Amino acid sequence: MGFKQLINGIGLLNTFKNKHLVKNSKKLSSFFAVLMLSGTSLVMAQSVSTADSITAAEKSTMWTGVAYYVLLFLVACFCVAILGKILKVYDLSLKMQGKKGLNWNNIMGITCAIFLVAGLYGAYWSLTVQGSMSLPEAASAHGGAIDDMFNLTTVLTLIVFVITQVALFGFLFLYRGSDKRKAYFYPHNNTIEKIWTVVPAIVLTMLVVFGFFTWQKVMDTTPGKNDLNIDVTGHQFAWELRYPGRDGKLGAVNFTLANGSNVLGIDFRDRYSLDDLRADTLVLPVNHSIRINLHAQDVIHSFYLPHFRVQLNAVPGLPTFFKFVPTITTAEMRMKTDNPKFEYLLYCNKICGAAHYNMQKVIRVVSEPEYQDWIARQKPYLNDQLKKELKLAEVKSTDPKKTPSNRLALNN
Amino acid sequence: MSTLAVHDHGVVHHEEGHEHHHKATFLNTYVFSQDHKYIAKQFLVTGIIMAFIAMSLSILFRIQLAYPDKSFPLLETLLGRFAPGGRLSADFYMSLVTIHGTIMVFFVLTAGLSGTFANLLIPLQIGARDMASPFVNMLSYWFFLTACIIMLSSFFVQKGPASGGWTIYPPLSALPKAMSGSAEGMTLWLISMVSFVASSLMGGINYVSTVLNMRTKGMDLWKMPLTIWALFLTAILGVLSFPVLVAGIVLLIFDRSFGTSFYLSDIVLNGQVQPYVGGSPILFEHLFWFLGHPEVYIVIMPAMGISSEVIAVNSRKPIFGYHAMVYSLIGITLLSFIVWGHHMFVTGMNPFLGGVFMITTLIIAVPSAVKTFNWLATLWRGNIRFTPAMLFAIGMVSFFISGGLTGIFLGNAALDINLHDTYFVVAHFHLVMGSAAIFGMLAGVYHWFPKMYRRVMDERLGYLHFWLTFIGAYLVFFPMHFMGLDGVPRRYYAFTEFESMKRWLTVNTFITWAAIMSGLAQVAFIFNFVYSIFWGKKTVQNPWNANTLEWTAPIEHFHGNWTGEIPTVYRWPYDYSKPGADEDFIPQTVPFSQTMASNLPHDFEDNPAGLEHHTQWELANKANEQVK
Repeated sequence: MGFKQLINGIGLLNTFKNKHLVKNSKKLSSFFAVLMLSGTSLVMAQSVSTADSITAAEKSTMWTGVAYYVLLFLVACFCVAILGKILKVYDLSLKMQGKKGLNWNNIMGITCAIFLVAGLYGAYWSLTVQGSMSLPEAASAHGGAIDDMFNLTTVLTLIVFVITQVALFGFLFLYRGSDKRKAYFYPHNNTIEKIWTVVPAIVLTMLVVFGFFTWQKVMDTTPGKNDLNIDVTGHQFAWELRYPGRDGKLGAVNFTLANGSNVLGIDFRDRYSLDDLRADTLVLPVNHSIRINLHAQDVIHSFYLPHFRVQLNAVPGLPTFFKFVPTITTAEMRMKTDNPKFEYLLYCNKICGAAHYNMQKVIRVVSEPEYQDWIARQKPYLNDQLKKELKLAEVKSTDPKKTPSNRLALNN
Repeated sequence: MSTLAVHDHGVVHHEEGHEHHHKATFLNTYVFSQDHKYIAKQFLVTGIIMAFIAMSLSILFRIQLAYPDKSFPLLETLLGRFAPGGRLSADFYMSLVTIHGTIMVFFVLTAGLSGTFANLLIPLQIGARDMASPFVNMLSYWFFLTACIIMLSSFFVQKGPASGGWTIYPPLSALPKAMSGSAEGMTLWLISMVSFVASSLMGGINYVSTVLNMRTKGMDLWKMPLTIWALFLTAILGVLSFPVLVAGIVLLIFDRSFGTSFYLSDIVLNGQVQPYVGGSPILFEHLFWFLGHPEVYIVIMPAMGISSEVIAVNSRKPIFGYHAMVYSLIGITLLSFIVWGHHMFVTGMNPFLGGVFMITTLIIAVPSAVKTFNWLATLWRGNIRFTPAMLFAIGMVSFFISGGLTGIFLGNAALDINLHDTYFVVAHFHLVMGSAAIFGMLAGVYHWFPKMYRRVMDERLGYLHFWLTFIGAYLVFFPMHFMGLDGVPRRYYAFTEFESMKRWLTVNTFITWAAIMSGLAQVAFIFNFVYSIFWGKKTVQNPWNANTLEWTAPIEHFHGNWTGEIPTVYRWPYDYSKPGADEDFIPQTVPFSQTMASNLPHDFEDNPAGLEHHTQWELANKANEQVK
């Protein structure tokens, strides 16, 4: 999300420190990973290629591996038990000398204080190091508004997070139990309670209002004249794309017409459908309003373009659409992210079956001339084989009445 | 399931002559018991076993996420066809996340938590001899156990357990051919859940009627401990929302088995045109989340109640803002019915509805914030006693803050566009309702263990258990936020297919090891639990110096809780460290006439006669002092 920018904003002062941290952390984590990997590969794992048949010898090594880990765990338990006994003996000897035993209230209070400091540092580390791995800036017109909203929410919640956690663990440390003190009888204070009901309410109202208008803007449903309509249909486990031809309009679809050669069930009696184009990559002209019409054929899929802050479910029987304007071309993004192999991707983000994890499509945002050049090279859905099947040579598609192309997802 | 508990008491003083007309046999004492305390223990032990199973499932899929390309022959030995070549199959991975979620949400955090503590605490803390209907209470447990067994049996059917996610959205769950788990496994899931809801309803109706009708003399609603308030409101939520889930499930059964099209329309599966017309998958989502959202409060409210009680007892301070705590619980209960749409911002539902649900969702953050601040104020200037129960209650507050704050992102429809169904969501709900609720439950187990088993759990093992689990849970879930911010979707079998996700592999490895550590830390708990049942230190009647009514009941267990008359209640349960009192606690059964020195005008708000008496006494006392 806009997290990266936020962090960069906050972290200007700490750039040097951050770099240092990142380096360190990378070293650390890779070291950790190597340690774990080598450990497991040594005793438990084999590479996939050799694992097809597990021989008796391998089985025995497997069980030694298991035994090794079980033993390790038992040793750890044993150590814990010994430590516990030592503590107990120490405690008893203290008591025998007439002193008070171990004061667990103090020990736990101090542990809480240590946890507070370590935890805050850990959160800071995670925020800067892992936070900087989050998405680059929004590549769509509405994405900026979402990122602003996100940054505002992050700042507010982080302030509350730090204050409340510091108060929580700070109080635990400060007011750890002691026989000498008595707690302060303080059952209620209506003024304070009113304040901390009203203040969150005001802050949340602010967020709600801001969020509501952002949401309304993003979910703009007014049809624009220049919208480029693209049909995206999800099925297990791929996305099908349909671009309009020269007429700029997409033809009707009827699921009962779907078969091996007409995968989408395009109704070729609708003359608008005759020049509809098939594409493999979702190519979008930059700074052009895009309207993605979503369909699903079998189960629910979710059309998720994280870089564009776009997501909407594709639901069977319920055509939906999402409008957005891409603002950064793939080439520009490659420069910005300093990654020559960068591609915008479309993920499926609603569990849709076993291969859900690999239902992707590449998206390219290109300049207008490049787009025109590309679209001119796409093949129509109505290929020769389909023509033969449908005997379209004879049929004159003169039906003037266009079947309603899309039911909108309005009252569901 | 209850084998652990079967051997639990050495001596049972069961027959005291009252309330009992039938003979105590082994069967009606240890198996088909109608004693609420015993049923609570049955729920607890079953819940703990289910929690361990669900936790092991999560470790299995964490291993797959950390080492997607590695083969572990052990897995094939253990799981057979579900892990060919020592790697989990993608289908079984989905089953694991589905069953992990289902068991944790419903079987552990709903039945295990409410079932245990509502059964144990409601009669004991309001002063009743048992539930309104002990027999229905017993049935509630046996329906629950049946549900557990059916759910687990789905691991033994040919195509594996249900695998469409715990939310089982149709059409994926409705079409047996859409994925292997949608075959017999899904049927078993549905049957199990119907049985579960029956159990939950029987329990819930019982809890509500017991709280409303069977309070002891003097126990008006505003003298009830917050645990009872929380469990009472939870039961109301469950009674009102679970039937909607059953409706949704029954329609799904119709779609699956009888060819209807409630949720199905325009489907072409594997190139085959299906005959379904006119249904809508969105309908199921509405029905599911109409339960699903109250469900998360069903999970968290008992944890809130338990934590409130434990924090007050161990800070030796009254809970701050008792009335505000109750009103915020009521507010959460009411609001939780009108926020379900925030799970559906990007389902294609009308965007205007999204706006409405966003408003209601962010409003519900206000009572939650009030609760948090009140807990903090309770700790302020307390005299904090770190029992393991106290630590877990504090952990619950910490998780509730961390996870609750990310809810402000997800409740915002505009932000949800990019965060929906990513690891950000996983991090959010595992902290706010997973970890927080389980910590509330553990706090309850440590705190009321002496009431259940007449012995105390070992403190030092409790400390070890707490810190390992607490740190482990943060290490597991904190980094997940950032995976979500990078747009990594949840329920992905492997991150290997996307170039951009590969850099998260090291983080995944780290998370998996943190999860294994916190998993192993539970061994400390289970050892402590089992060991303490048999050989733990014997408890005294009121081990924590608490005010509530359950500690006035004798240590010995018998059906009926109190020998002789049930004690009368005179005051609220939070008179800790009251100035002027000899001890730092005054049990609810102590009348104001015995504590003249510590009475405050505030204690007589609804009692003008008492107030007058109090003022007279104060005047007389002052006069005496002046004479001296």
